[in-house]
Amino acid sequence: MQSLSEIDTTSKRASKAAGFSWGVAEEIGKAIRNLELFGLSGIKNLNLYLKKIDENHPKKINKIDKENKDKELCPIYCGVAFLDQCQKLEVLKSIKFYNVNYPILILPFISKASEILGKKILVQFSRSSFLMNFNKSILLKNSEKQVIDLVNEISIEFLENENSFSNQEWKELYRLSEKTFVEETDSLKAKGAGAGLTDND
Amino acid sequence: MSKLNIQLRDPNEIMKLSRLGSFHQSKLSFLRSFIREFKDWNYKRNSFDLDERGYGTAIYSFSKNQRNYSLVCFAQHINSDERSDRVIATKWDAAFVLHDGIPTKEDIKRLKENVPKQEVGRVSSKELTLSRANKSVRAFDHVVDSLSLGKQPDKKLLNKVGYLYRTTAVYGSGKFGLADRFRIKDRKEIYGPFRLEMMLVYLVRQFTFDQVNHIAKSKNPDKAIELDLNIARNLGIGNSTGLGMAPFIVNHPTLLHNWIYCREKALKQIRSLEKVDSSELNFFKDCLIKSKASINSWGTDSKYQGNKINSLKVGLIKFDKFLKNECSVKEKYLWNKIYIWAENNVEDECLEYIVSMMMEPYDDIIEPLINNMSSEEEEYFTIPTHKKVSELKKIIENNYKSIIKIDFDAKDSNFNFWFISKNKEEPRVASRYDEHGAELEQPLAIARDIKKLYEKIIKEKQTNTVAEFLLKNDAVRHVVRRAFIVDKFPYSEIQDNTIGASLVPIDMLRLKLSFFGAVKFDPRSDKWLRINMYQGAPLSHEMKTSNDTWIYNVVN
Repeated sequence: MQSLSEIDTTSKRASKAAGFSWGVAEEIGKAIRNLELFGLSGIKNLNLYLKKIDENHPKKINKIDKENKDKELCPIYCGVAFLDQCQKLEVLKSIKFYNVNYPILILPFISKASEILGKKILVQFSRSSFLMNFNKSILLKNSEKQVIDLVNEISIEFLENENSFSNQEWKELYRLSEKTFVEETDSLKAKGAGAGLTDND
Repeated sequence: MSKLNIQLRDPNEIMKLSRLGSFHQSKLSFLRSFIREFKDWNYKRNSFDLDERGYGTAIYSFSKNQRNYSLVCFAQHINSDERSDRVIATKWDAAFVLHDGIPTKEDIKRLKENVPKQEVGRVSSKELTLSRANKSVRAFDHVVDSLSLGKQPDKKLLNKVGYLYRTTAVYGSGKFGLADRFRIKDRKEIYGPFRLEMMLVYLVRQFTFDQVNHIAKSKNPDKAIELDLNIARNLGIGNSTGLGMAPFIVNHPTLLHNWIYCREKALKQIRSLEKVDSSELNFFKDCLIKSKASINSWGTDSKYQGNKINSLKVGLIKFDKFLKNECSVKEKYLWNKIYIWAENNVEDECLEYIVSMMMEPYDDIIEPLINNMSSEEEEYFTIPTHKKVSELKKIIENNYKSIIKIDFDAKDSNFNFWFISKNKEEPRVASRYDEHGAELEQPLAIARDIKKLYEKIIKEKQTNTVAEFLLKNDAVRHVVRRAFIVDKFPYSEIQDNTIGASLVPIDMLRLKLSFFGAVKFDPRSDKWLRINMYQGAPLSHEMKTSNDTWIYNVVN
């Protein structure tokens, strides 16, 4: 089994060899390492994508808008630009990329953005959804394919931090937690911190 | 609180390669802190299955509570024409792996098939560090022959060599399938840096003694004697080190910072001591006297290193006079007086030696620093791209003052390039004007690339964000990251040109090796050197009662 350190180093070097700058290649190394750590097919997708761009290096993205279209978009340049600008992009609430190659490769950059922003981010493509949890984990739904070579649309949604439970459920649990508290008697109140003093001084 | 308000030394001065290449071992060094950390662990030789020629498998361990680390050793016969210290070698006299726990029979079988192959074998996440070593044939054969005849070996010869085996690489942290550091980093006993590499080398040293005793006994069962413990104690483990270490210190900026910062912090605290006890001064003097005897055993054919040793010796003679005639514990801030004198009167080699020695009396200052000498590089990987270009410009101007003045259009400034050789994937440096391959240059020309970044930044709209700048300038992304790191970690960057014609690569190796605790630097060219580790160190069965100043034990 390859160590994560080997995965990082080899992905970085291969990406540099495929025409990315050293700085971007460093990002790719960490990104693929994270994908593999989360149980997603990082090496498989990167290997195929680097083969695909062997002859024609992809175009860089100049700007990220609410909707981003081109003949084909590079998941790495889109991912790095998204990560770099995530604080600015957050106000857009949702962003779409069209015609993206190997979309799984964009995920680790969005996952890192989720950590930076302290917000969950929902990514959807090809009927699959990926919930980014502050770069601690990625929650998958309907993701059966390990490799997707091109998707028509990736939808990215910044989620407001909301509870995943009802008020009623919280109240019930809180009530149970109260059973660890001690009822305060008059005697305890009289001897407690601050007792006997006035705060109107 | 110090009334003198002593500051940390300036990174622009300390992080020059000539200064870093003058560093010496100290109480902060990893092999010394390893022995302090593991002295109350239980050492055991678990198995020793060697044939009469010393070939076979042996296992050694350290254990405490439920934790166990086992060194598995494989010794084999190799022909003399196969023995090479170069990284391109494919066979070694012995190969070693540090296993996490007690290896099963299946583990040993698996390791036996892979560990002797080193880089072309595979190990698993149950293994922590990996190494190999070759015999110093003249020392090894002499010791075996002498012992088998019932005589102790010639100390003079052994003093000259200093070890029975030389390691040629020690790998850790995820290489060749070894465990990634994140899997084990929360273990308290390995908070200090390179603990498991230090453990491997320490146990290998014990194996070398056991092996010579075993072969001598097998050769002449009636007459053979065991190696005298005093002689054994004065033998360490040699190491041949090439350029592999140089990129490491460039690629681990926050780790480098933490090492240097701890050294600088210790110095600052010591210089700030208002009162020095006579016991502290005497301890310092005692270490100094003992260490001078060691210096006399440092031999080298290298003119570069010979000059350094001479400069140290000359400096120490002057220092002796100063110490005798002008230093008294009655004076306030005596260490600061000593430091300032050294700064003004001796060269870097001796100045940094005195700095190392000043730490000796102060366990209370040094010990809390040890666990701050590791780092999690990834925590500082993300570029704060929301910051303004003007902030980045200011960071560069503050932290790379001398670097942005270098003229990289001059041939000599752009002379070398660093590359990874296809053979064993080892880092190398070569002249870009004489050798091919410069188009595959590694990102280790930090000074040149910082200068490039600076030239772009000053032309950029200063109110733009770094994210906007990077959209058009991803070629300098790697140094944008570094600039933000150096802003937080001022000792993280070598303040020199690592591709200049006057580069002495062994200065980079010396820096790292001094933190390891190596002594007897013996450069064999400007690109590789030999060193000695653990010479004078307590033997495995003596660890529990050992004294931290073992490094100054007189080599007799």
